Amino acid sequence: MVEKFDCIVVGAGMSGNAAAYTLAKKGLSVLQLERGEYSGSKNVQGAIMYADMLETIIPDFREDAPLERHLIEQRFWMMSENAHTGVHYRSDSFNEERPNRYTIIRSQFDKWFSRKVKEAGAIVLTETTALELIFDAYGACVGVRTDREGGLVHADVVVLAEGVNGLLGSRAGLREPPKPETVALAVKEMHFLPQETIEARFNVKGDEGVVIEAAGAVSAGMTGMGFVYTNKECLSVGMGCLVSDYARSGETPYGLLEKFKAHPSIKPLLEGSEVKEYSAHLIPEGGYKAVPQLCGDGWVVVGDAAQLNNAVHREGSNLAMTSGRIAAEAIFQVRSRKEKMTKANLKRYPDALEASFVMKDLRKHKDMPALLHTNSRNFFLTYPELVAKAMENFVRVDGTPKKEKESATFAAFRKTRGLGGLVNDAFKLARAWR
Amino acid sequence: MTMTVRVEEKLYQNRYVVDAGRGHIKVAAHDKPSANLLAMINLCPAGCYALNENGKVEVATDGCFECGTCRVLCEPSGDLEWNYPRGGYGVLFKFG
Repeated sequence: MVEKFDCIVVGAGMSGNAAAYTLAKKGLSVLQLERGEYSGSKNVQGAIMYADMLETIIPDFREDAPLERHLIEQRFWMMSENAHTGVHYRSDSFNEERPNRYTIIRSQFDKWFSRKVKEAGAIVLTETTALELIFDAYGACVGVRTDREGGLVHADVVVLAEGVNGLLGSRAGLREPPKPETVALAVKEMHFLPQETIEARFNVKGDEGVVIEAAGAVSAGMTGMGFVYTNKECLSVGMGCLVSDYARSGETPYGLLEKFKAHPSIKPLLEGSEVKEYSAHLIPEGGYKAVPQLCGDGWVVVGDAAQLNNAVHREGSNLAMTSGRIAAEAIFQVRSRKEKMTKANLKRYPDALEASFVMKDLRKHKDMPALLHTNSRNFFLTYPELVAKAMENFVRVDGTPKKEKESATFAAFRKTRGLGGLVNDAFKLARAWR
Repeated sequence: MTMTVRVEEKLYQNRYVVDAGRGHIKVAAHDKPSANLLAMINLCPAGCYALNENGKVEVATDGCFECGTCRVLCEPSGDLEWNYPRGGYGVLFKFG
C-alpha cells in the first residue's frame, strides 16, 4: 500500500524547512524529502540570514542556532582595475540585544533547522531523490515518486521547495525552467583564518561582522558582483554573474574568482588563509517578472524554485523562509476548513504573499533586472572606471588647479558616455528604482 | 592580466560520493558541438566539460556541484540529458 501524508515537502533548504516546520507544528503529517546525506549537504549560500523572518517562525532561534557574526558594517565597493570607491555604513546600533542580520554557514545552519523540523514532528527522509510528481486523472497532484524502492508516496498537497534548479515542477509543466538571462552563477570559497586575524583586518571585536559587496571591473563587463562575508573563523569569498553573460564572454567562473581575490583591495584581506571548500550555485535574478504560477491543484511552489529572490537587495533566504511559512499557513487554513487542496483554495498563499514584503519588494524593482542586464558594460565597466578616475583626480595633489581637474573629470564622463547617454542612464536607473 | 587557474586543485578540497559508472548528465550524440555546449567548457564551475580528440564535447560528472548551469543553457536545445544523482550521491558540502 502506498503511504499517504497530509503534505510532502520536496527539499530541505530555507523554504522547505520553513514550510515543513510550520506544517508539522500545526499538527499536519509531513514527509520531507532531501536528496543529500543530511539536510544542508546540497545547499550553498553566501550567506547572510535575516533574523526577523526566522524569528517569526522560531522566536527563540538565537538560543541554539549556529550563527557566525552579527553584522555591524556594510561596505559597498565600486571597483576599477586597481582601485575601489566605497560607501560604508557602520553603526553601533547594530550591536543590539536581538541583532538584525547574521552571517551563517549554510550546511551547519540547515542541519540545525532540520533538527527543529524533526522535533516539530515531521519525517525527514534524506538520501532520497524525488523523481517526478504524480497526478490523478483530473490533473491534480497527488504525490511524488522517489528513487527509493517502492518509492511512491501520496499526499493531499505537495510543497515544491526544490530550489532554483528544481526539476519536478518544470518537468510537470507547472513552470518554465530558469533561463540563462534570469539566473546568475555564483562560485564561492571558504577562507579560514584565525579569529583574531579576522577581527584585526576588519576592525571588529567579539561576534561583530562585516559585509563587503563589490561591483565593477571585477565582473569583466558582465552583470554581477563579488563579495566577502566575515564568519567567526573564516571568510566567504565569492563572485556571481549572469549565466547568459558568462556564455557570451567565455570567462571561467574560477578564473574570475581568482582575479577578484587578486584585486589589490581584496588580496590583503585574504593573505595567509587556508581554503577548505570551493562551491557553486545558481541564483534567481529574473525578479517579479520571472515569478511563475505559485499554486495549482494539489501543489504550491516556494523559495528559489519560485524565483523569489530580490537581486537588487541581495535577499533570498528571507523571501524563501517567508514564502515557505505563508504557504504552510495557507495549507493549514484550507485543511482546517475541511476544504480540498484545489488551486482556488490554495490561492490564499499567493494572495498573502502578494500582501507581504516579498512581492511588494519584487514589484518595486520589477524593471531593474532588464536595465542592469542590458546595460551591463556601462554599469559594471564604464562607470566604475570613470568614478575611479574622478576620485583620483579629486584626491591626488599635483599642482593642477582644481578647476582644470574638475573640467577633466566632467569631460571624461561626457566623452565616454555622451551627454545623452548620461542623462538616459540616470533617468532609466531612477525610474527602475522608484 | 592572464592567469591560469587549475580548477582541479580547487575541487580537491571538496567531499564527493561518486556513483561510479552512473553519470547523472549525458551529452547527446553530436557531429559538431553546438555553441552552448562549447561554452560549457569554460562556463562549468567544476570544469566537467572538455573537448575530446574527435572534436566532440564530453562531460565527466565526478566533480559536479549539481548547480544546473549546463541544464539551463543546454537542455532546451536537447544537447543534454540532465538528472540529479541518486539519493546520497554526488557533492556533499561541509560548509555550503
